[in-house]
Amino acid sequence: MTPFAKAALATLATRGVQAIIVALIVGMVSFAMMQALPGDAAYRIAAGRYGYDMMDAASAEAVRIELGLDQPALVQMWTWLKALAQFDLGTSAVYGTSVAEEIGAQLGYSLLLAAGAVITSLLIALPVGIVTGLRPGGVLDRMTLAVSIFLRAIPAFALGIVLVLVFAVQLKLFPVAGFTEASNLVLPSLTLGLGLAAVSNRVVRDAVAEAMSADWRLFARTKGLSARLTLTRHVLRNASVPVVAYIGVQLAYLIEGVVIVESVFAWPGIGHALVHAIFGRDIAMVQGTALVLGLTYVALNLCIDLACRGIDPRGRAA
Amino acid sequence: MPRSISAAVCIAAITVATPVLAETRTDVTVASPWEIASYDPTVSGSIVMALEIMETLVDADEAGTLRPGLATDWTVSDDGLTWEFTLRDGVSFHDGSAFDAQAAVFALTRAWEQPGILQKSPINGIFEQDGKVVITLETPFTALPSLLTHSTTIIPAPAAFDDKGNPSALIGTGPFKVTKFMPPQSVAMVRFDDYWGEKAKLETATYLAASRAETRALLAESGDADLVFTFDASGYSHLQHVDTITTTAVPIPRAVLMKVNASHPFFEDVRAREALSLATPRAGIAKSITRFPESAATQLFPPALSDWHSADLEPLATDMDAASALLAELGWTPGDDGILTRDGERFEIQLRTFPDRPELPLIATALQDTWRTIGIDLDVSVASYSEIPKGHQDGSLEVGLFARNYGLTPDPIGPVTEDFGAEGGDWGAMGWTNLPVAEAIQVVASTDDPQARAAGIATVTQALHRELPVIPVVWYEHTVSVANGLEGVIIDPLQRSYGLSEMFWAE
Repeated sequence: MTPFAKAALATLATRGVQAIIVALIVGMVSFAMMQALPGDAAYRIAAGRYGYDMMDAASAEAVRIELGLDQPALVQMWTWLKALAQFDLGTSAVYGTSVAEEIGAQLGYSLLLAAGAVITSLLIALPVGIVTGLRPGGVLDRMTLAVSIFLRAIPAFALGIVLVLVFAVQLKLFPVAGFTEASNLVLPSLTLGLGLAAVSNRVVRDAVAEAMSADWRLFARTKGLSARLTLTRHVLRNASVPVVAYIGVQLAYLIEGVVIVESVFAWPGIGHALVHAIFGRDIAMVQGTALVLGLTYVALNLCIDLACRGIDPRGRAA
Repeated sequence: MPRSISAAVCIAAITVATPVLAETRTDVTVASPWEIASYDPTVSGSIVMALEIMETLVDADEAGTLRPGLATDWTVSDDGLTWEFTLRDGVSFHDGSAFDAQAAVFALTRAWEQPGILQKSPINGIFEQDGKVVITLETPFTALPSLLTHSTTIIPAPAAFDDKGNPSALIGTGPFKVTKFMPPQSVAMVRFDDYWGEKAKLETATYLAASRAETRALLAESGDADLVFTFDASGYSHLQHVDTITTTAVPIPRAVLMKVNASHPFFEDVRAREALSLATPRAGIAKSITRFPESAATQLFPPALSDWHSADLEPLATDMDAASALLAELGWTPGDDGILTRDGERFEIQLRTFPDRPELPLIATALQDTWRTIGIDLDVSVASYSEIPKGHQDGSLEVGLFARNYGLTPDPIGPVTEDFGAEGGDWGAMGWTNLPVAEAIQVVASTDDPQARAAGIATVTQALHRELPVIPVVWYEHTVSVANGLEGVIIDPLQRSYGLSEMFWAE
């Protein structure tokens, strides 16, 4: 077994244990939070199923008995955990459909949006970060700093509406909302991507600037490598480790952003579904969605870890 | 950034400058806040019906008049207990299968087994007989055909259910059939060419659920959606200045009202409830909060319910001095802090409301402010709406503020029976029983004599107006934007249909 494969396996094992712990904690915390919400869940679910105007004490009582909401909270929690151990996420309390199927459909749309956002952010952050990193302190550097602060400070919600106003309402280049064609992906990806790029272009810039002033770069230049080769072979590779690691950190921002951006753009994704499930007190959906988001987070971090190990040869010797 | 915008402007300018062939459009896009997350008529029936994918046995026009739907005719036995619905011949579902009594009985039985409109009626059997649908009742109930206009009674094809009998597809008999369903956001439809009635004029239609009011306003303004429903007040006033669309507001049979616990010692006397009503600033609320000045409620039932709205009733008025005088009559005197007291008890009450309809907490705080001026200390509790039916059940509710839709079916007898019958109801009277009213409701529900019905309705509406078990505040308006050039648009106040099959584009 190569040292790289050994290290990768160790990472895999650590992340696997983490995944199980995350699943347990997320399940319990989301259950506890749903229990702590004010109001009676049975009424909420009855309103979701039969409509506000049909909801009364009698229909709420029927829901309570059907879903076992009258049982002690610990018993309900235990039932969910037992089912989870058999990979069963249960059925939606409101729609009666399989939670796993619902999430399966929505997660695809959210991953598409997340991928669109990350690609957009890289398309912006890499060139901007590299150019400013090569000339730290220059006019362009200071300008992009100001723009970055501005973009990161705007809530995704407001940025999304501004982009729609400019590109959909005024210029009519892209559709406002929904998902019927590929062009629907542009504005929500840009909304999220700009927020991500606002920080990541600075990370790229710092990494490049640091690499440019490192002793090994001076050594590479001294031994006769051209500026161009130094940049592509050494500087970018060294600079990419913190950048790739930072993408992992950004996933948290992405998950938070997806929830809001999906609502604004009427995107049929998991974030939007989570908000609806919380309002509708669809406990099974909330737990299932939170669980999948948590595990996705672990899985993506695993990918980032492996990518960093791939880029950085130092870990392999160890 | 400036460069890319100027590039975009150039592209846009070129697009605009290119001569476009003046072809008449054959598609329409509708946007509304309501998500369509399920195949189940119980959950999504209202949208499935409004999009004309599925139909009910009995139909209703926008004035609420019943007309044949999938049933061409209905008769009731002399004892009023057996109804027979004759079904339309030659109707086929979108999958090509034939519509018959079996499909109708299956769908109606399923609707009846779940909490909903049919469960609140005296039905005791639904079955097929000689190709007709027969419904038997425990007591005579003339509003039965009206109930069969409700969206939970739409008839899906047998193929729309899986082996376990759970809904698994959107297959109906309507003028539009589904080509793509992306729950919970969108449905794509195409004209159903084998439709039994007049075929749709448009070829395709798309429905988009956009839960945020801002998104819907942008969809209307950009032209991405041609027909958009329900705006917030600021979005609606902005859209009135957009010249590519026309906005309208249609009164609907939904009212904001206060439910008062009439068994509470403060409110036992009708004069106390009258004082609350006189101290309710309806005009101000309608002008500043819901922003439709003409929608201040002058009585409980909105004008859209023509049988139940009565021009004879004196409009509910706002008169703070009269309110104070009535409370003084009841023995309330102002204390040191301006709050009324009686026998050492302060006039402190709690009003429960909920934030799901954003205007409700605003109305509640407006009431809090206004009532303080006549010495009522109102504690506003904004929580889950379940607190109102719960408070009704356990007797802890003092005042509840909420919205109630009396137009679920063209005949509001269902909610009226539930709310103002002998024992009151979760969303109706509390601690208030009026036997003549309960009897009149019984008569209205069971008579087929129009005069007896009108007399019964008059008894009910006059008593509710006089005794105020619930205090009306404002009525609702349904806000809509229509793209210029889209013709044949009819806005249904009962919200049964978006009217897609009637629409067409001007050439």
